[in-house]
Order: sequence, then structure tokens, then C-alpha cells
Amino acid sequence: MSDAQTASGVHTLLIDRIACDGHGACAELLPELIGLDEWGYPIVRSTDVPGELLDHARRAVAECPVLALRVEQKHR
Amino acid sequence: MTSVVRLGAASLPVAAHRPLWFATRASGSITLLLLTAAVALGVLVSGRYAPKRFTRFEISALHRNVSVLSLAFLAVHIVTTVVDPLVPVGWVPALVPFISAYRAPWLGLATLASDLMLAVAITSAVRLRMGRRPWKAVHWLAYAAWPVALFHAAAGTDTHLDLQRGLYAACVAAVLAAVWWRLYRAGPGMLAGRLSAGVVAALVPAALGAFLASGPQGVFL
Repeated sequence: MSDAQTASGVHTLLIDRIACDGHGACAELLPELIGLDEWGYPIVRSTDVPGELLDHARRAVAECPVLALRVEQKHR
Repeated sequence: MTSVVRLGAASLPVAAHRPLWFATRASGSITLLLLTAAVALGVLVSGRYAPKRFTRFEISALHRNVSVLSLAFLAVHIVTTVVDPLVPVGWVPALVPFISAYRAPWLGLATLASDLMLAVAITSAVRLRMGRRPWKAVHWLAYAAWPVALFHAAAGTDTHLDLQRGLYAACVAAVLAAVWWRLYRAGPGMLAGRLSAGVVAALVPAALGAFLASGPQGVFL
């Protein structure tokens, strides 16, 4: 993934707190960056997505049942 | 019995030995089974079903994979129907509902259900680009596609068989159980809305029972 390497550190994790229903799929798929609070809602440990986790982050975005998770490229 | 007899009850013995017609009926039954599983799993996902033995993303991945598989069998069902000279259904009536002169409205139900399934599938494929609300609005059409497909199936050739009726009963029971569980789990609010949704869901087995008791079956040949 040359894309992931060159873009390392410039991708950021965004959670739409209004849309989030606490399904918890993101924490299952991206435990390195996302944990759950006691009600099952996500706690983001770090919004910066390292290059080696980018594929996992995109998988977590795709699996969110309410589309509340996004990975966006930072504009510098 | 080699000649093809079109559009008549007399064609049934011929139809019984045609591989394409077998494939049509079998793929139709499997499509209904998979669509039922996809709908029930989708209801479980939306209700945040979390059994101890599975992770949640496994259930949502199963929902998606079963849905895609149902489309594959739907494609087989449509192609074998159109290709089989036994039933005069062309490509256009297979895609545009209620324009076929053949076996309207029962074939129209089939086309409507498959168009709804296609709409749900295509929007889901691009849902990250669409955004949540438009995607969700279209996704609700799955609730319409399922009963429409069910009644198309109930009008089908094999409905007189006990095993086939058992399949329909199991499909209805699965979706009804999932929907009622979902409505129960939705919590204390919107009681009137949840009760009416539960009653509407219960109308499906009632209508299917009435249809099986008195409706036209085996209409496609």
C-alpha cells in the first residue's frame, strides 16, 4: 500500500456522535485506536491513523451500520 | 412430450421434465430463503443483536454476504426464466414491473421485488458516498421487497407441496420473530408506533394464510 505509506500520519478518524448508536463494530475492528465506554459508545484513543492501520480503519468505516465513522485526509 | 406447450395447464407434465424450469423454481426458492435471512439479519443488526459467541461485525458481514448471495440466485432465477421458452417473459418485463401481459400481476410482483432488491443493493454499494439518510431511506425498501417476493413465491408452481409451504412458514416466522424482537428491544418510547408496526408485521402471515387457503397458485404455468 504505497498510498498508506506516503499518506502516513495524515489520515484522521472522525466520529459523528449524533449518528452513533453504539453498535461497537468499530472497536472490534480497530481496537488499536477505538475503545468502548461502559454504554458501548466509542472512545477514540487517537484520531491520527498511522499508515499501517489505514486498511483496518477503512474496514471499520465500511462496517459501521449507521455510517457514523469516517477516515478523512488531513489538509495541511 | 417433446413439444413446448405454452400458456396452458396442459403444459405442466412437459414442464416437470425441463431442467431450465427446475432451475427457475429452485433458484427462486433459494432466493426467497436468502432474502429472508438477509432481512432477518439486517433487523438483528439494527437492533444491536450481540450474542456472546459472535462479534457484531460478523453479524453485519453475514447480513451483507447473504444479501449479495441472494442477488446471485436472483440473477439465476431471472436469467433461467427469460431464457426458458416455456414461459414467455422477455428481458424488459423482467426489469420493468407490471408491463408483462403474461401472468400479471404475479410476474409484476416478482419484477417489483427484484427492482427493490436492486435499489437496496446498489445504494448499499455506494453508501459511504451517499450519506446516511438517503442510504437508510432506500434501505427501508427491503421491508417492502420481502413480502412482495413472498407473495410472488406463494403464487408459484410448487406452493401445493407441503415442504414448500413449510419453507414459506419458516421464512415468515424468521422475519416476524426478528421484527418483533427489534420492536420489543427498541425501548419504552413510541409505544403506538411500535405496536402498529408489530400488527402490520403480523398481517403478513395472516394474508399469506388467506392466500394459501384461497388464492391462485401455480399460476406461472
